[in-house]
Amino acid sequence: MCVIGIETSCDETGVALYDGERGLLGHQLYSQVALHAGYGGVVPELASRDHVRKLVPLLRGLLEQVGLEHDAISGVAYTAGPGLAGALLVGAALGRSLAWAWDVPAIGVHHMEGHLLAPMLEPAPPAFPFVALLVSGGHTQLVEVAGIGRYRLLGQSVDDAAGEAFDKTAKMLGLGYPGGPVLAARAERGDPTRFRFPRPMTDRPGLDFSFSGLKTFALTTLQRESAGLGGAELEQLKDDIARAFEDAVVDTLAIKCRRALEASGVDTLVLAGGVSANRRLQARVDLMMAERGGRACYPRAEFCTDNGAMIAYAGWQRLHAGQHEGLSFDIRPRWPMESLPAV
Amino acid sequence: MKVLAIDTTEEGCSAALSLDGEVSQRFEHAPRRHSELILPMMDELLAEAGLRPAQLDGLAFARGPGAFTGVRIASAVIQGVALAADLPVAPVSSLRALAQRARRELGAERVLAAFDARMNELYWAACEADEAGQMQLSGQEQVLPAHALPLPDGDDWVGVGSGWQAYSEELAARMPGVSIHPGAFWNHAWDVATLGASWLASGKGVAAEQALPVYLRDQVAWKKTAS
Ligand SMILES: Nc1ncnc2c1ncn2[C@@H]1O[C@H](COP(=O)(O)OP(=O)(O)OP(=O)(O)O)[C@@H](O)[C@H]1O
Ligand SMILES: [Mg+2]
Repeated sequence: MCVIGIETSCDETGVALYDGERGLLGHQLYSQVALHAGYGGVVPELASRDHVRKLVPLLRGLLEQVGLEHDAISGVAYTAGPGLAGALLVGAALGRSLAWAWDVPAIGVHHMEGHLLAPMLEPAPPAFPFVALLVSGGHTQLVEVAGIGRYRLLGQSVDDAAGEAFDKTAKMLGLGYPGGPVLAARAERGDPTRFRFPRPMTDRPGLDFSFSGLKTFALTTLQRESAGLGGAELEQLKDDIARAFEDAVVDTLAIKCRRALEASGVDTLVLAGGVSANRRLQARVDLMMAERGGRACYPRAEFCTDNGAMIAYAGWQRLHAGQHEGLSFDIRPRWPMESLPAV
Repeated sequence: MKVLAIDTTEEGCSAALSLDGEVSQRFEHAPRRHSELILPMMDELLAEAGLRPAQLDGLAFARGPGAFTGVRIASAVIQGVALAADLPVAPVSSLRALAQRARRELGAERVLAAFDARMNELYWAACEADEAGQMQLSGQEQVLPAHALPLPDGDDWVGVGSGWQAYSEELAARMPGVSIHPGAFWNHAWDVATLGASWLASGKGVAAEQALPVYLRDQVAWKKTAS
């Protein structure tokens, strides 16, 4: 079975083809980052308008890249939520009508399930059961995963998501948008011993997170230390703050992951979502899992952030199991992952 | 000529199949239910006619102006079918299609089609019937506040569409000669099919990637997400 995947939940248009026997056949991505950069964040109406311009050219490009005829495709998967309603609708409408005209089954995929399963596209994929840390622009969740569609939420952020905290802190430091990769790059030049930021909610039991205080901590540190500074000194200060911030986030995430692994007694940790591209986070959990005699798995960098491949894969899993949707295409801008049916 | 047409511009949702000018239609007044209804409607029409999408000669859709989300649904649905079945597409002005319905049902020759565009504005077009009985735009489609609309010349105009309801007093005062159609008057895919078929017959159909919405409103103060 060969499934086309379509992702349009936010500001990336992604398409991919996944085949049950041959694996990922190809994928294409168009990022709207430049379009939204001037606004300092994603403008939903502009995102929707861009998806409807880009999807067909991307799909044609994909089919050309893979060299497949239409009739080789046996299913269509599109992101049905969570995400921006208008953006989701574009992918859902196009994906559902494509499947109708080809007379193949279609399935609406949960975007976070897509992220969660993205490491399955790598060589040596993780085996169930495992604990997953989903860290993206909109989510910070620890999930116990017994199988596909068998998810138990162990903890989540009570305020900002980890990626959102990176983005907001970067913006505050004047590092630009999107903030995660920029802030991480600046942190590499920072002195890890100059500041120590708190590790929120690690001093009490539980698996929830809170990241909004860290950005305030970064701001007050900047205000306190930057008086009279300019040029290279100011830039160094920002590097040092970036490093302290990143260390605090990474440390906090790792502490909670360890607790979750202990509580559920499994020895595989999966990282997914945009923040899982963070090198220090990866190195930190690799070390932690090596010490525990277990293993950490995360997707290649391009599949940490939004992409079509993860949607094609998650959709293939469900279509292969016989699940599919009627001709109405529902989108679910808010959609708890725990409500998904098992495969 | 076999043409499948859809409209999801405003509160109406409809699909129509035109077989050499013989039209069958599904219509529902269904605010916010376009994504639920449109494909089942299309499917029913083709099933009744015993056709598969690839056996059509072309597609047509109301490409706007209108509610952004509705117009995008029609566009994306048609793109998917056009790509899958390799069909040419006729993007039809939703205002022109409304005027065509007024011609078909009310016998109007000169129509002022208006949608409520919110934010104190209207989507607006003046249309006149050509010799073949098809409504053609006279002038541009526009998005304007009621007080800035161009005054029609002559007084045999018929006003149709949600704009005439939303701004009834202001418009009646400004354009006393216009005979305003009372009550709701939504777009019908029937007329999108009629206008689209002529467009396709003249060989002007476009490929899937050109089946794009026309918003008219391109300069709104874009609002960011809450984050
Ligand atoms: N190297 C990095 N270090 C830290 N954060 C990063 C890095 N690379 C990307 N990010 C962050 O990842 C986020 C984007 O990830 P992703 O595309 O998965 O999120 P999203 O799709 O916007 O949100 P969601 O998946 O929750 O709907 C951004 O917040 C970005 O700053
Ligand atoms: Mg994402």
